[in-house]
Amino acid sequence: MPTTDELKQRIETALPGSRAEVVDLTGGGDHFRATVVAGEFAGMSRIEQHRRVYAVFGGEIGGPIHALSLETRAE
Amino acid sequence: MSENPIREALQEAINDHAVILFMKGTPEQPMCCCAARTVAALDALGSPYAAVDVLPDPRIRQELSAISNWPTIPQLFVKGELVGGCDIVTEMYETGELAQTLGLQQPAETAAPSGAQPSAAPLTPENRL
Repeated sequence: MPTTDELKQRIETALPGSRAEVVDLTGGGDHFRATVVAGEFAGMSRIEQHRRVYAVFGGEIGGPIHALSLETRAE
Repeated sequence: MSENPIREALQEAINDHAVILFMKGTPEQPMCCCAARTVAALDALGSPYAAVDVLPDPRIRQELSAISNWPTIPQLFVKGELVGGCDIVTEMYETGELAQTLGLQQPAETAAPSGAQPSAAPLTPENRL
């Protein structure tokens, strides 16, 4: 079961210079909410920003990570 | 016979409906909180939309994600383009962008999400297979 720290670390590693805050919405380790601030989001649409974060986890979204709610911004 | 009838049926549904929501459950009975929030935003704007329940067959979800390059449900499409999932739709509703995208008026701040019914009957593309 992924932890909030693990998700945070994976996002921040995959998106250099980003800051991520991850909360476990249910305490069950499968519904998370992440707020991600990354310079590379500048000029990207919301859809593209979210795709970028979802891509970090690939097939785990909908699997072990049942739900990952996102809020993204450039700075 | 087509190679991938589910994907083709989904693509056809996306092309044929100006506003179409793929969700778990139905607008009357959303089966997850994200679906409920997305439906509430559309209903609050009084937007007509088609809805497709992805639950009857896991392949619907799989093929939809292949088309949209988006891993989660719900997914809202406007004029053939993916607008977003629950987070983006909710955020866009709050900023008024959703009304703009749909060509509708944003209701007054005080207006509670109404129980407006979608004008189109829920689609069941899986039944055409």
